[in-house]
Amino acid sequence: MAALLEVENLSKSFRGLRAVAEVSFSVEERGIVALIGPNGAGKTTCFNLIAGAMRPDSGHVRLAGSEITGLRADRICDAGIGRTFQLVKPFQDLTVLENVTVGALHNSATVAEAKREAARNLELLELGDKRHMHAANLTLPDRKRLEVARALATKPRLLLLDEVMAGLRPTETDRMVTVLRRLRAESGLTILLIEHVMRAVMALSDRVVVLHHGEKISEGTPAQVTKDPAVLECYLGEGAI
Amino acid sequence: MSELTPAGRAALLAFTLLLLVLPAFATGHVLSVAIICLNLAYLGQSWNLMLGFAGLLSIGHALFVGLGAYASGYLFAKHGVPPVIGVAAAIAVAMLMGALIGYLGFRFAIGGVYFALLTIAFSEFVRILLDHATFVGGTEGLFLPVTRRSGVDLINLRGWTEMFYYVILALCVGAFVLCRAMLNGRIGYFWRAIRDNPEAAEAVGVHIFRYRMYAVILSAGMAGVSGVFTAFYNNNLFPEQVLGIERSIEITLAPIVGGVGTLFGPIFGAFVLTPMGEFLTFAVDGLKESGLIAKNVKTDGVKLMFWGLAVALIVLFKPSGLWPWVCRGLGLVKSPEQRG
Repeated sequence: MAALLEVENLSKSFRGLRAVAEVSFSVEERGIVALIGPNGAGKTTCFNLIAGAMRPDSGHVRLAGSEITGLRADRICDAGIGRTFQLVKPFQDLTVLENVTVGALHNSATVAEAKREAARNLELLELGDKRHMHAANLTLPDRKRLEVARALATKPRLLLLDEVMAGLRPTETDRMVTVLRRLRAESGLTILLIEHVMRAVMALSDRVVVLHHGEKISEGTPAQVTKDPAVLECYLGEGAI
Repeated sequence: MSELTPAGRAALLAFTLLLLVLPAFATGHVLSVAIICLNLAYLGQSWNLMLGFAGLLSIGHALFVGLGAYASGYLFAKHGVPPVIGVAAAIAVAMLMGALIGYLGFRFAIGGVYFALLTIAFSEFVRILLDHATFVGGTEGLFLPVTRRSGVDLINLRGWTEMFYYVILALCVGAFVLCRAMLNGRIGYFWRAIRDNPEAAEAVGVHIFRYRMYAVILSAGMAGVSGVFTAFYNNNLFPEQVLGIERSIEITLAPIVGGVGTLFGPIFGAFVLTPMGEFLTFAVDGLKESGLIAKNVKTDGVKLMFWGLAVALIVLFKPSGLWPWVCRGLGLVKSPEQRG
């Protein structure tokens, strides 16, 4: 299958510290790829570079063959990438429905249409009965769901999920996994996710990319990657092997 | 008004009716207080559009009023252009200034309180410029010829005080309808998203620079219209009086007291503050008459002190303003659940 997202030699430094160094990987159409690695490995920076929240120092990002490197975040959204934030960023003074409506307006002609689309997304993420609550009053797992619903409402081709399972109970994780799989099956969504919850990574992803100190150290199927000595070393320490 | 409960609808109807018939029984003094009140309610809505809807703090809003006032006043006094045409110039000049400040602020990412400082700086800059602009009278002021003080001449904004009352009332209602339409429309959703979290707004495709520009330009244009009213109601313009920082601060009071970000808050705030301020002045004058306060005590500042106290109390105890609180207490507005 053709690659929807191609990341090529992407680099970003902060005051000399190489947060992301020459990282390359691709996500094929309808694929689900997980980006894993210890804290500070550069996963979120990588997301920010793809989603336009930061400009890379060098390297390329292509979506469906067209160059989107260094575009502003709203242009990236126009191009078809939706994202969530690891540190959730709800619109605090808006209700849950209004939050998602903002996202849905991206692809809707009228506010009424956007509201209907938003309501559909909320049902999908099991937030339907909380739609009139203010986002500020939601629990953290619900805020994570809200992030997903809002990003989905923009009708992206590629969805970037930054630790949306963190804080969910195992059964909730399984439900989220089911939802994301259904989205891929029904609407052909492609997903790139950062995740620490291995239960979700193993269940969801076709491929896993491992970052450590900003560099890609391994890539493969979940089974391959979890047996890779380089991965075990960075996660568990050299002595564990 | 689908978001109002039956009680809310009744209250709105009663309030509107009261305002419509007020000139029939109000004395001249009451009417002039009502005009000040409505003008503040109108300006509060303009200011609230920026801070309450889009999250942009302006402490130089009198600048836009002043530019509108001077543009239309100058055209009328020096070239005989009637205000119905002058208002277009007033809106254009105010909007241009808004666009300039907005462009500088947003292009160079001057956020929060620094943006507010930028609005003050421009306001003061233009005030000082006008002090030295002899073609509009400088510090000596610009005077608009008054041909008559009776009848109704809407083209030249000349006539009875009642006419001015209905003009500012119409502006106030118009501003309310406009703000309501915008808040519930696409632009309103995007503004509130930017206000609450610019980064997240951008991530869902909102062009934040563009929508912030819209907010400043629209708000400035609205304030410019109030300038036309001010010029023709007062018939004289002095830079210090029209563009002074005190004016800019005065504009912020009603929405802060009423409720920043709410639709009716700025109007409610104006109707709480202005009459109370007037009453206080009246009461202090009364005390002076009766000899309880010595005649030589200066009491000019009593209204300002009251306003300062009011704002301090609001910020401390009801930071989201009086209106949402009153609304909930009296059940005037439907909860999101009731709206479905």
